[in-house]
Amino acid sequence: MSKKKISRRKFLVRGGLGTIGVLAVGTYLFRNPIRRVIAEAIDSGESPYMGDTSSPVIWFEVTSENNIVLHSPKVEMGQGTFTSLAQMAADELEVSMEQMKVIHANSASGNMDGFATGGSTSVASLWVPLRELAATMREMIKNKAAEKIGVSIEQLSIADGVISEGENSISYAEVVADVSEWNIPDTPVLKDIKEYKFVGRPIPRVDLKDKVFGAPIFGMDATLPDMLHGAVVRSSAIGATYIDADISKAETMPGVVKVIKEPDFVGVIANSLIEAENAKNTIVVDWKVDRKWQTSDIEAMIAVGQGEPYVIQKEGDAEDILSEGENIITSDYKSPIGAHAQLEPNGALAHVEDDTATIFMSTQVVKLTRDEIAERLGLDEENVNIVPTFLGGGFGRRLHTPNAVQAAVLSKAVGKPVKCFFTRKEEFQNDTFRPPTHHVLKAKLSEDGMIEAIEHNVSSGDVAHGSAMLPSILEPILGSDIGAWRGGMIQYGAIPNFRTISWRVKLPFATSWWRSLGLLANTFAIESFMDELAIKAKKSPVEFRLAQIQDDNRGFRLKEVIKAAVEKSGYTDEVVNGRAMGFAVSTDANTPCAQVVEVSIENKEIKVHKVTCAMDPGIAVNPDQVRAQCEGAIIMGMSAAMFEKMDVEDGQLTPTIYGPYQMALMKNAPKQIDVVLLQNDDKPGAVGEPPLGPIGAAVANAVFRLTGERLREMPLQLKSSKV
Amino acid sequence: MKISFTINGKSQSVEIADENTPLLWVVRDILDLKGTKFGCGKAACGACTLHVDGEAVRSCSYAIKFVEGKEITTIEGLGNEENPHPVQRAWIEEVVPQCGYCQPGFMMATAALIDKIPNPTDEDIDKNIINVCRCATYYRMRKAIHRAAALNTEASSSTETQIS
Repeated sequence: MSKKKISRRKFLVRGGLGTIGVLAVGTYLFRNPIRRVIAEAIDSGESPYMGDTSSPVIWFEVTSENNIVLHSPKVEMGQGTFTSLAQMAADELEVSMEQMKVIHANSASGNMDGFATGGSTSVASLWVPLRELAATMREMIKNKAAEKIGVSIEQLSIADGVISEGENSISYAEVVADVSEWNIPDTPVLKDIKEYKFVGRPIPRVDLKDKVFGAPIFGMDATLPDMLHGAVVRSSAIGATYIDADISKAETMPGVVKVIKEPDFVGVIANSLIEAENAKNTIVVDWKVDRKWQTSDIEAMIAVGQGEPYVIQKEGDAEDILSEGENIITSDYKSPIGAHAQLEPNGALAHVEDDTATIFMSTQVVKLTRDEIAERLGLDEENVNIVPTFLGGGFGRRLHTPNAVQAAVLSKAVGKPVKCFFTRKEEFQNDTFRPPTHHVLKAKLSEDGMIEAIEHNVSSGDVAHGSAMLPSILEPILGSDIGAWRGGMIQYGAIPNFRTISWRVKLPFATSWWRSLGLLANTFAIESFMDELAIKAKKSPVEFRLAQIQDDNRGFRLKEVIKAAVEKSGYTDEVVNGRAMGFAVSTDANTPCAQVVEVSIENKEIKVHKVTCAMDPGIAVNPDQVRAQCEGAIIMGMSAAMFEKMDVEDGQLTPTIYGPYQMALMKNAPKQIDVVLLQNDDKPGAVGEPPLGPIGAAVANAVFRLTGERLREMPLQLKSSKV
Repeated sequence: MKISFTINGKSQSVEIADENTPLLWVVRDILDLKGTKFGCGKAACGACTLHVDGEAVRSCSYAIKFVEGKEITTIEGLGNEENPHPVQRAWIEEVVPQCGYCQPGFMMATAALIDKIPNPTDEDIDKNIINVCRCATYYRMRKAIHRAAALNTEASSSTETQIS
């Protein structure tokens, strides 16, 4: 169907896409209120889809075998989106799962996401539009079938993509075969969710076999005839600016086709990857480096009180109550620089010919990458085709992929396809890191042991600011960083007085989106502090929290996940058989998630035996994959909270390899993870990031119960060992 | 120089200028078997794990000169859709992969493990399966490794029954 014409395509256009830009610009004068409104909007998890939903024709194809190909504008990086989208489409299209094939939509197909794959929004944002597109396509085909058979639509029934009336039957493939013009009907009423056969069921991943049998599906696996290999010199030093390079030796190295010097980089093109790398290593670059940064410099910058404060949440008068007087409790917490460390390095295969460019790559930002290449090469955007591949991990690392521009420049220089990837050392030193944070929590308890006032101050490097995804016009309005805010709000609405203040720090190296953004560190700080307050108030940490949650829908959902996690885990404050439990809960993008961990100390190290996770993402389109996301996020969160840390030594980020960059491995993974899914919302919400929230605080809280040692800094390491 | 070996059951010769070229790049770029992955180039992550004479080897740091006369197995030769290896069956039944990039390396490491230790304990798994998975699918992997061991034992005992 992809090349057919549409006679009318005006319905299905969804009005009023509330982008942050539209929301913010024009209310510039009311800075503080609008900042809080935006903060609330981000916190609410509403995420409209920003792409073309005007016609099913650019979304679906029908093959001659009567299969349906869905061209997904969202990329698959492990989060299971392809499978959920296939389930949603199959139910409205009335085809089987076996008939559904999902591929990445290339940018030239017209089905391009205007923004990105990220923020746990893929399934949530496409929940309505994709089902409407599938239902519309079903009706389009059904209308044509009625014409062909010569009966009224009401007489037709559909099963597995075959339309029947009495003894007559015709497949979707047969219906569409000779149709060149489609009438698009009014958007049909969607089916009742109870009628769905696939949505809500644990369907195996649609990409399972490709991934188990080693199919060449990733960016690094892409090849083209006559392909050459590129290598670009990248600096090891923070803040290095390229000045010039001596390429005389490189030009004589075996296998080298060409060495090119551009105004901003130098690169090699050779016959093989090894030859390109060997030649690259002989290039002597003149870098301009202003300063040799050290970890201590960075730590001094990331401190509450430095720079400008921005109030992003305010209720009552926490400022006055906490500014003076006795019995004010204060603690501070820290998190380090984190690396993405995704297994597939960044890179691209580019083929630039005359006035067109084709790029195969793993990216979370198809449109942005296309536009950057078009600008650099002076091509029309329509003539740059980004062909997204499966991603060997995303986690936010591919929310800006300017390396594709370099691959395209190299390809143009030799007139052949060129594949160019980062080395692992280059990945570690040129990452867009999770920024380090510093948090100061202050509170005052009332006489009955409840929180009278609480304040969270967070200092963080940028997440969204400075990234290519946030219009710079918004910086003065937002002040501090919307990504750093994530998870930073006080979620206990029954507390009479609370405030959150964000302090923005501009670091000398790139910091950006890392799965869950600020959630991991913010929840670590706030939920550790809640535990400290509960202990001070001599209350159970669970009851202490429940009593301070407001009575609205959001509060109800939060309380329900807490109760479910406690019930499933049998949470107790007591130490039993050398093991203690820890509890924490977060709300991220409107998905509440509570976790209970069980830890012991073995060989002076924290050992996590079991994690119980109760989460309410609303409708779980694929409950098995929601569970998989919880399991993975819990261990990834443990890895970040307990092991990972980048340092700055003599102007370089270090370490530069797995191992020295410590991560959770098989031996560190809990042997039991119980996931309880609640569904107190009537639509799918965020899944991929929310379960990263509670884990750090839950582990720290358990360690305190076991050892009496309060760990306030990630990675969590015991200073003394009492068990 | 010319180097001859067997890969996935087939005899193969390659002509290569630098005998220190890592086996990984010969497998991926000359033989076009893309299932074996590049992760770090320093034998630190295990994404490039394949078998040389039945041993799990990190091919990014294994020079091509050392494979002369040896038998190599990659994920493509471990099994296929029609005839999956017990490890691949277990991986499918437990729905292990997320992004999937590191999974061939883990499956090759697991196949080598259960070949040596048919019923690995959790401690055996912790000690021997030391690859890196950033999606952190370790919880399902552990279940899949135990399942693969059970399927493997089942398969070999039914073969023995047929023989007897």
